[in-house]
Amino acid sequence: MTNGAAPNGAAPNGAAPNGAASKKITRAFSLQPILVPFYALILAVLVGGVLIAIVGVNPFTAYGYLLKGMFGSPDRIAGSIARSVPFIGSALALAVAFRAGLFNIGAEGQLLLGGVSAAWVGTWAWMADMPAIIAIPIVILAGMLGGGIWGAIPGLLRAKTGAHEVITTIMLNSIGLFGVRWLVSSQKPVVLRDIESTAPRTRPIAEGARLPTFLDSSQPNLHLGLVLLVLAAIAMALLLDRTSFGFEVNTVGLNPGAAKYAGISVNKTIVLVMALSGAMAGLAAASEVSGTSGTFQPGTFAGMGFDGIAIALLARAKPIPIIFSAIMWGSMLSGAPLMQQEADVSIDVVRIIQALVLLLVAADAIVRYIFRVKVETGNEFAASSTVEAS
Amino acid sequence: MSSAADSVNAGRSVSQKRVSRPGQSSTKHYYFGAALVLLGLVLLIFVAPNLIDETRAFRLNKPPDPVQFEFKPPTFVGLAGAFYILVGFLTVLRDRLGSWTRFAAIAGVAFMPLLILAMALGRSDLSGTNVVNLLVSSLFLATPIALGSMTGLWSERVGIINIGIEGTMLGAAGIAYMTYALVGDGAERWALWLSVLVAILVGGLFALLLAVLSIRFGINQIIAGVVINLLALGLTGFLRSQVIVKSGVGTGVATPSFGIPLLSKIPVIGDQLFVGQPINFAMYLVVFLTWLVMFKTPWGLRVRACGEDPHAAETVGINVIRTRYMSVVLGGFIAGLAGAWFSLESSARFEDNMTNAAGFIALAAMIFGKWTPWGAFAGALLFGYADALQTRLQFLKVDIAGFEIPSEFWQMLPFAITILVVAGLVGRATPPAAEGKPFQASQ
Repeated sequence: MTNGAAPNGAAPNGAAPNGAASKKITRAFSLQPILVPFYALILAVLVGGVLIAIVGVNPFTAYGYLLKGMFGSPDRIAGSIARSVPFIGSALALAVAFRAGLFNIGAEGQLLLGGVSAAWVGTWAWMADMPAIIAIPIVILAGMLGGGIWGAIPGLLRAKTGAHEVITTIMLNSIGLFGVRWLVSSQKPVVLRDIESTAPRTRPIAEGARLPTFLDSSQPNLHLGLVLLVLAAIAMALLLDRTSFGFEVNTVGLNPGAAKYAGISVNKTIVLVMALSGAMAGLAAASEVSGTSGTFQPGTFAGMGFDGIAIALLARAKPIPIIFSAIMWGSMLSGAPLMQQEADVSIDVVRIIQALVLLLVAADAIVRYIFRVKVETGNEFAASSTVEAS
Repeated sequence: MSSAADSVNAGRSVSQKRVSRPGQSSTKHYYFGAALVLLGLVLLIFVAPNLIDETRAFRLNKPPDPVQFEFKPPTFVGLAGAFYILVGFLTVLRDRLGSWTRFAAIAGVAFMPLLILAMALGRSDLSGTNVVNLLVSSLFLATPIALGSMTGLWSERVGIINIGIEGTMLGAAGIAYMTYALVGDGAERWALWLSVLVAILVGGLFALLLAVLSIRFGINQIIAGVVINLLALGLTGFLRSQVIVKSGVGTGVATPSFGIPLLSKIPVIGDQLFVGQPINFAMYLVVFLTWLVMFKTPWGLRVRACGEDPHAAETVGINVIRTRYMSVVLGGFIAGLAGAWFSLESSARFEDNMTNAAGFIALAAMIFGKWTPWGAFAGALLFGYADALQTRLQFLKVDIAGFEIPSEFWQMLPFAITILVVAGLVGRATPPAAEGKPFQASQ
């Protein structure tokens, strides 16, 4: 019996006996990347079901309500998608940097800085008179700039001093959190706080800077942010796969030494990629501020950056699949409250399922062993080339 | 042709950069010295004259008839300023005076916590504050951070990056409190100790998961850490709402405080410093033992060898895989103890996400300490002090021209310092060479 790490044999998975032909087909439709996450999801749902059964609830009832909560009505579908929108951005933040071999786990802080910048610019007095066509781009750009700067700092530190971005981004997450918390909660002096509100948050941004909504009846409402973030994902896909900058990024990620000798400025690429990465998180935050709430409240973004890591990893750090894995992730979170309310199963079951999916996708040898899926070439996570110092 | 020449040039400039690094670092003490002189001048010219010129006191014990050190804030801060100017010059002249000036610089830095407190008193209406008590609460708050950083050490020194410390602590805290709620009904002492033991074991289990994922399956260790954090968050949230809440034991009895025999009888400070709770005391032991085992025993040497060069370690007959498993799991036990601190010692209950990024702070403390036990302990103390100081400052109602220094600034400070350390501005921090690289045994 071979274990999951067996060398790639000629026999394909599936029923077709003709090895060469069906291998071609599998490759053409590229089923492999979907197969493992799909099986991982099934396994994780099974384990979650066992947990639900242990606490004395019928798993089918619980999952029924979960699905109903996710996609039970048009409003719920819209709500699920709306909930997923910012996750696209926070996942892109990881994915872009990942291509350059950088582990940006600072989306948490970049979201906060992006959000607070967007809200700050959105409350400027002259913004009130601006038409939407000018006000919206300004707010969105402010968010991207805020996130981008917060992302560029670890990039600069990495390029200039060699400080590892995993560490600096974790530190910057905390610094950003405390800083932003002070900005929106300080009473004496008042910096950005809305004095009329009891909760610490900024004043509402100008009406003209609010993103138009498609659907108000869903919770949260579905707004133009969806289009913005999907466009951002497509732009990132094109940038990374179709431009010379993307080529440089990939080269730096695969082999910084070779990139250096090919005349690519590794340091410049690192700073640019980190700034771009932070800008993606900033975009997500700006879209939330301007589309969903109209104000900035730090709590909105708690955990969103870390979820983004998991979402990006599920999608193998590829921009287009990120859209779908983000929607899966966000819908589960959006559907869980109904499950808790109706079946009395803690919403945290969803968290467990998500963690298990990530676990099984990352350690795909387990899934391959159970479902007898052959090894594909180039699992980005199998070897940790990303962590090596340049 | 030209492109080839360019690449050669590029290669040369790279190698030149490498060579010039040590040269740069030898000028670093000029900047440090200049910064100290500047700090001294600021203290002397701007800060000291603006402090209240009344008697203030650092107290060593509680108010009725305390032992205290009295001073006038402007004089105190002015003298400190002069001291920093002196130390700054000594540091600049290090090349001529010899390396003993380093001790002056260390003393200067170590003095800063007290200086901050003196400045705070100089802007407060209260006549004094208990410094021993501040030290004690710093040490207490530093407990999970110090323990967590030891977890990080055992893991990273053997070559496995561990950003799952946070999740390991949280998982241990949650499952330990669940055990306590189910077994003892919040009354019996033995149930408490059993729960602490459970916490330690759960910590080991989470670490074992990290070890299996990164050693057996060779997946990216940072991803493995993320998985653990996510899993612990979900699992403990689930257990809290499904088991702990339904058990009806919302709060329990925290670990009892006790006095260390003899030492707690020391007059004035003994009953403050040497009376405390068990996990807090155990932390000192864990730090000491970590240092002892990791740096003074053959096994510790093997652990470090696996983290620096596993292939060389294997060549001399060390079983790298087994050493990695053992060291990571040992670290997990320590994180489990830290988890117990949260749910059984500092507060006797469990809340969702109650570790609140302490695991990441522990990581910072470890890096601050440049991957050494005592350095990491100092880092943990720094974070603990920042935490304790902010509540103290709120109590003292410090204000500067109507502007109260926000507590968030103090909380931010240790993170900023850690970035400076990692960036090599305050000495260079180098991780173990083989960290994060999967290893496969030959044959």
